[in-house]
Amino acid sequence: MDFAFLAAGIGAGITVFGAGLGIGKLAASAMDASGRQPEASGDIRTSMIIAAALIEGIALFSLVICILLALK
Amino acid sequence: MYTEEIKAVSDSLSHVAAAAEHQGGGAGWIMHHILDSRELNFEPFFTIHLPELHLFGMDISITKNVVFMWIAFALLVVIFNIVAKSYKKSFLPKGLANAVEVFVVFVKDEIAKPTIGKGYEKFLPFLLTIFFFILFCNFLGLVPYGATATNNIAVTATLAVISFFVIQLGGIKKNGLFGYFKGLMPGGLPIALVPVIFLIEILGLFTKPFALAVRLFANMTAGHIVIMALIGLIFILHTYFVAPVSVAFALFIFLLEILVALIQAYIFTMLSSLFIGMAVHQDH
Repeated sequence: MDFAFLAAGIGAGITVFGAGLGIGKLAASAMDASGRQPEASGDIRTSMIIAAALIEGIALFSLVICILLALK
Repeated sequence: MYTEEIKAVSDSLSHVAAAAEHQGGGAGWIMHHILDSRELNFEPFFTIHLPELHLFGMDISITKNVVFMWIAFALLVVIFNIVAKSYKKSFLPKGLANAVEVFVVFVKDEIAKPTIGKGYEKFLPFLLTIFFFILFCNFLGLVPYGATATNNIAVTATLAVISFFVIQLGGIKKNGLFGYFKGLMPGGLPIALVPVIFLIEILGLFTKPFALAVRLFANMTAGHIVIMALIGLIFILHTYFVAPVSVAFALFIFLLEILVALIQAYIFTMLSSLFIGMAVHQDH
């Protein structure tokens, strides 16, 4: 039975769920910190972008696996 | 060291792409645009077939990604020669030198100095080259008829392997061969845990560049696949009325792609320099 497409779809959905949750929490605390101390907002923005790219990196690992599944 | 894994991934990608293209459906041409090909395809006008070369049984034919890497290399050489010559006339930059100096000072002050600390000048040429090469390769993929060289996991894996060698050689040169491996372990460990922690640290030395390669590859490829899929909606639904919506979304994703190109070049360089800093100053 051909469950590869279903697996790829469910995998991609769960990945996006996890990544969205992670980056949302990150952005929320970055906004909080920026509000408390507006002078540090440049540094906070830089660190936020770095952390977001790292989290997105993990999400894209699993997207690569989903693509390999879907194309087989 | 990861040649088998890289070969397995790229072999399976090209195999399933060939299969998908024969299958048809809506998805075959998406992979055709993402993957490497042996000809430069300027679709309605002409097609240039690229030569096929073999050396000792290895296939080193010139493909589309190779041509675009050469174009990025040529652009880098030309631009930086112009900039360097303009510094001979006066120390005050203007025009192109001004724009390039913004990026160079950014890499020096925000990436190299905070993460490597003392002795960062020796690694600065490598970091600048990596940053500008990845930036130009990513941007060349966004022009019409362009192909992203970093869409190919072989290219990103090569950059990661070069990074790996710079990190290890930098650390070994600073700390000595035995001292470098001894410095990998944190101090004050009970003697039973020493082999386990040593194994984990050695494994960590390999997984970090691997993650660099896959992160860059996946970010670039995912962006291009989303754009192709949005435009492919027009073909799958067989109507022209979905075209304004589709093109508007694709435009938004293109703008996001420009941002992602810049961010991915910055992240690759920043993580490389972070690992160099951790290898060179091991007591931090």
